Amino acid sequence: MSAARELTASGMAARTALILLLFVAVFTGLLSAVYLWTRPAIEISAAKEKMQKISEVLPPGEYDNDLLGDVLMLPPTPELGLTEPSRLYRARLAGQPAALVFEAVAPDGYAGKIRLIVAVRADGRVAGVRVTEHRETPGLGDYIEPKKDRSKGGPWIDQFAGLSLAEVPPADWRVKKDGGRITYRTGATVTPRAVARAVLKAVQWADANRERLFAEGVKP
Amino acid sequence: MITATEFRAIANNGIWKQNSSLVQVLGMCPLLAVTTNAVNGIMLSLATILVMALSNLAVALLRNLIPHEIRIPVFILIVASLVTIIDLLFAAFLHELYLVLGIFIPLIVTNCIVLARVEAFAAKNPPLQSMFDGMFMGVGMLWTLALLGGLRELIGAGTLFSGIEMVIAGLQPLRLLPESYPGFLLAVLPPGAFILLGCLIAGKNWMDARLRAKGDSRSPVAAQTAGR
Repeated sequence: MSAARELTASGMAARTALILLLFVAVFTGLLSAVYLWTRPAIEISAAKEKMQKISEVLPPGEYDNDLLGDVLMLPPTPELGLTEPSRLYRARLAGQPAALVFEAVAPDGYAGKIRLIVAVRADGRVAGVRVTEHRETPGLGDYIEPKKDRSKGGPWIDQFAGLSLAEVPPADWRVKKDGGRITYRTGATVTPRAVARAVLKAVQWADANRERLFAEGVKP
Repeated sequence: MITATEFRAIANNGIWKQNSSLVQVLGMCPLLAVTTNAVNGIMLSLATILVMALSNLAVALLRNLIPHEIRIPVFILIVASLVTIIDLLFAAFLHELYLVLGIFIPLIVTNCIVLARVEAFAAKNPPLQSMFDGMFMGVGMLWTLALLGGLRELIGAGTLFSGIEMVIAGLQPLRLLPESYPGFLLAVLPPGAFILLGCLIAGKNWMDARLRAKGDSRSPVAAQTAGR
């Protein structure tokens, strides 16, 4: 009698374990199916998001290559204020170098690091600069972000567009208070000063490394 | 399938009588972390409504197949799979919304109200009722978190609905107190959330007590049934 009961107990246990296993199998299968089904769409969305950001600094008409495919992994680059590896995208038009798109960091913002995305054309002109991350004072220093910039004369950060070291000496890439040509708003000088310094460094770095960067990893 | 009385009882339970934050006091972890402003509280609640309605529905449909002894691991399995699937679907097909709501979806995993309703309601009730229960539990959380977030924001910084421009482009947060308002940091920090939540619970109990007292004076019969 006791043996029979034991058998039923272990039989129960086996049945319960089997049911649990079945549930695990079904839901794991369901998860894998949804993962595989959504993966292409998620990749497209992520790429689109990235392109959206890049198109703000470099108009899509200025290149014809697959920008996200023409990527270089940069080691930590102190000239750009980067302490971790980052990506650099190379834009080409009809096979010729058109522009470099890369990240830069202004380490000396009013409230820590200001992360930027910078596009520099092959002729040394800045195509565009955008802030991707910052913690500057809301309502005071955050006009470096076009969305928060309520001035009528166009976003503050657009005044870097078109500048090049060939035409504008490094001393002019400063806020007016420091003798340069970059405007700023009263009450928040530290923020634009940090951004201007980081953009200048980024352009100098791009000028010094352009040939090497465009040639790297390309088969002749 | 579902009678009007049943529906009303479920709705009343979720929104007021068994309010997840004010009466059951469940899900304190996301509540503390997220309600620094009204918009965050609303967004988290919307994501929770979706997850709770679906997980309650799924469990109610499968409730007769789940052995009693292993119901908890199976419930966790169902809820976790569902949250992950919703996360993936949002990322793939509603990417704009995902950028706004996405960070809140993984937070739902830390909310025990989902498992609590699955265990307390969906395991014993038909699918439709269970789905509405999950939904209205979420709605109860929605108004509570919106109120709590709004209060913390207003007391802490003098604004209301900051971050709304991320959700609906073109809208601006309201500034209800003058620019010179120095702010009150405690309200934004987690202890402030506990203190204000305590005030909200006290407020609800006070209102309930008043309603009961009114019912007493008007009809003794109703008071008697309420007292049972």
